[in-house]
Amino acid sequence: MRRFIAKLLFVAIIATLPLSSVRAQKQTAPETLIRNATVLTVTRGTLQNTDVLLRNGKIAAVGKNLNASANTRIIDGTGKYVMPGIIDCHSHSMLDTINEGTLSVTSMVRTADVLNTTDVDLYRELAGGVTTLNLLHGSANPIGGLNTVVKIKYGRAANEFLFPGAMPGIKFALGENVKRSSTPNQPGVTRRYPNTRMGVEETIRDAFTRARDYKRTWDEYRAASKNDKSLIPPRRDLQLEPLVEILEGKRYVHAHSYIASEILMLINVADEFGFKIKTFQHALEGYKVAKEIAAHGAGASIFADSWAYKIEAYDAIPYNAAIMTRAGVVVSMNSDSDERARRLNIEAAKAMHWGDLTEEQALKLITLNPAIQLGIQERVGSIEVGKDADIAIWNGHPFSVYSRVDTTFIDGDVYFDRAQDLARRPELAKERAALEQAEPNRPRPKGESPQTPRRRPSGHEDDDIEVEKP
Amino acid sequence: MKTLLLLILCTGSVLAQQIGNPTTQQGVIPARGTFAIRNARIVTVSGPDIENGTVVIRDGKIQAVGANVSVPAGAQTIDGNGLSVYPGMIDAGTNMGLVEVPQGANGTVDTSEVGDLNPNAKAIIAVNPHSAHIGVTRVEGITNTLTAPTGGLISGQAALINLLGTSPKEMAVVPQLALVINYPRVAGGGGGFGGFQQQPANLSDTLAANERQLEQIRKILRDAEAYGRAQDAYAKDKSLPRPDHSVVLEPLVPYVRGEQPVIFRADREAEIRGAVKFAEEMKLKPIILGGNDAAKVASLLKEKNVPVILTGILSLPVREDDAYDALYENAAKLQEAGVRFCISTGDAGAEVRNLAQFAGMAAAFGLPKADALKAVTLYPAQIMNVADRLGSIEVGKMANLVVTDGDLLEIRSHIRYLFIDGRPVVLTSRHTELNDAFKNRK
Repeated sequence: MRRFIAKLLFVAIIATLPLSSVRAQKQTAPETLIRNATVLTVTRGTLQNTDVLLRNGKIAAVGKNLNASANTRIIDGTGKYVMPGIIDCHSHSMLDTINEGTLSVTSMVRTADVLNTTDVDLYRELAGGVTTLNLLHGSANPIGGLNTVVKIKYGRAANEFLFPGAMPGIKFALGENVKRSSTPNQPGVTRRYPNTRMGVEETIRDAFTRARDYKRTWDEYRAASKNDKSLIPPRRDLQLEPLVEILEGKRYVHAHSYIASEILMLINVADEFGFKIKTFQHALEGYKVAKEIAAHGAGASIFADSWAYKIEAYDAIPYNAAIMTRAGVVVSMNSDSDERARRLNIEAAKAMHWGDLTEEQALKLITLNPAIQLGIQERVGSIEVGKDADIAIWNGHPFSVYSRVDTTFIDGDVYFDRAQDLARRPELAKERAALEQAEPNRPRPKGESPQTPRRRPSGHEDDDIEVEKP
Repeated sequence: MKTLLLLILCTGSVLAQQIGNPTTQQGVIPARGTFAIRNARIVTVSGPDIENGTVVIRDGKIQAVGANVSVPAGAQTIDGNGLSVYPGMIDAGTNMGLVEVPQGANGTVDTSEVGDLNPNAKAIIAVNPHSAHIGVTRVEGITNTLTAPTGGLISGQAALINLLGTSPKEMAVVPQLALVINYPRVAGGGGGFGGFQQQPANLSDTLAANERQLEQIRKILRDAEAYGRAQDAYAKDKSLPRPDHSVVLEPLVPYVRGEQPVIFRADREAEIRGAVKFAEEMKLKPIILGGNDAAKVASLLKEKNVPVILTGILSLPVREDDAYDALYENAAKLQEAGVRFCISTGDAGAEVRNLAQFAGMAAAFGLPKADALKAVTLYPAQIMNVADRLGSIEVGKMANLVVTDGDLLEIRSHIRYLFIDGRPVVLTSRHTELNDAFKNRK
């Protein structure tokens, strides 16, 4: 029993280690002035030798020779670049579970219920200049669970992560993952419907047919109950409520999709039921149907250059962003991977390499455009006075492979600082050495392993738990 | 049942033939000739940069390079004003050409043979010259890959190929360059996709299992040694009993004699140490492939002069409490410690084109830029013992050259011209073709 408690204690210490390191960084002055930097505003071009003032969590001023008060923290930005915090429109970081895959329609489940604020990958993403994540349910079913938009307030409580005012959303998915193409047949187990892209269409159509009737039932009840207070309300249906919100334009649909035909299919279903797809996620063949996506008013949130990892990705091309952008689609570049999220700056720059987007167009792919796709463009996505002070300072142009992040701010607070990180390493090394000597971590007799906490699976490419790197 | 199996097999092979990209190479490789790239910045890698110079390519080789080189009569010239010439990049840790679509198309996967000991599995046999990955990769300035099998304990033999050619033979630079051994793993995957940590129930059981696996490798290597001695003895003295030939032991002979390198896949500290020790015991010529923990073993690697093909630069750190940049700065730490290394994507094929980005990230975290460039050109050539032919712009080397409008490692730069084996390569791929087909759709 004592050993068990000691193990628990060890787990608790490990779990809080990175947190304490962040708390130690919470020495931010109420105001921060970054002086004489190159500022990539995204909406107002690139400003040389410019100051940025952060006050009360907002960008208070952008200009030359700004004044600082006595207790303003001053950062010399000479030779540095300031850009808005990167927004990753497709992430599974900090989700303890990703797929509720047992049913084909799981709109009743919420990613907000499974947030793990101690996921160390969050810190690694901050170190890549990322400040906002769209946490999506996986792609195991045609209609998946509800998403959560968060600011990466690593070290804070889960409720402080939630992005205020972000549009509620939901994950849809089409294609191979939904068909469970990679899931082997289990003897004696019936495969889950659907098994084809035809069945995927039918599943979504069926759900929205039910949602439309459900909405009508409630609409009729609400109208009638104005005159007759004795009426009994209809039974609530947690699966259909989010779909009614979609029909009413109150919830954004983020639809995992790959091939051209399934993109067109979902556009047709949405048009028929009178709702909009906000983003086609991945949309690897979006370039083949760019004009249809633009006409529907949907955005696309894509990989820069991933391809050929499965059959439905075989026609993916890195010109996708450029073709869709030119067709008028709002395009963002996402990670769908805790690893890739750390270098979305380079993923965006790839749209200049393949397809010759301008620097401003490429910058928008990871800032303003994903903000639009999440309904938070009034708050973040560019460096403008009045917007949230979610920014990163880079030691070179963020589109250079030789650059890295010095400091990341959210709401004006420092959540990552390379200098502080480096300074704390000797202390952490000492702490680790001490923990290794602690009783529960010594090798057991008879060669048993010391107990270590089992690592949680981290976010996966293509949402798919089965995916393994070849 | 048999019919069904046959049907599945047939479907698989049909699928395998449909994908791939026959249009890129069209069965014809461009001819060699005489070419001169003039007025260009020449980044020789092995020597100083030449700010304004000329490179002459003739019959597949670099014939001349310098600031004052005359252009031979009849040479086709390229005006290199504003452009830079680099040696082609080399990725020494791929499965290029062995797999087209890893998931859901098993018919296209030829990386991993059945069984644990397959020294006779030769990558060059199965490299698909018409894989779409080859065109997609080379147009990014990568001219060579080491293509390695992956399975079992002894995976097989890796091939160094040019990313150009219509047959494996045309592509081969060194058809059997190294033996590939998966050093028995102590722990599960670590970070990255599918990175579930499979903690062994009992460490001593795992270690015992690893020792048994190592013993399997040891035994076959010793058999190969004996086999080699027997064959030699018989060659000298035909009165001896004639030893049978073995297709399994025969290929191991040059490796057990230390004539050719043995690549050990090893990421964790214990695995790397184990591999170095094992190689010393068996008198092999080891190269570490992977090397996530290599910085922790730097002094040993330096002391034993064991080079590392680093593949994990863009992987998530292995342990939760590792520094966020532990793998980003791995290369810089090896450099400081004087360990020989090169940088690789470690990828099956699709992501190999991002090799420059791996090197760039290492440079962002402490590796000098010039060394980052060497880490994907000259260093892999040296580690693979082909620096007489590849890795820099020097007279007499194979003309594998890339002409860019900017820094080769910067993603914003564009490749303007490409030569492989002295042949001018058209900068098209499956991706440019699909782009052309759809970019103007109204």
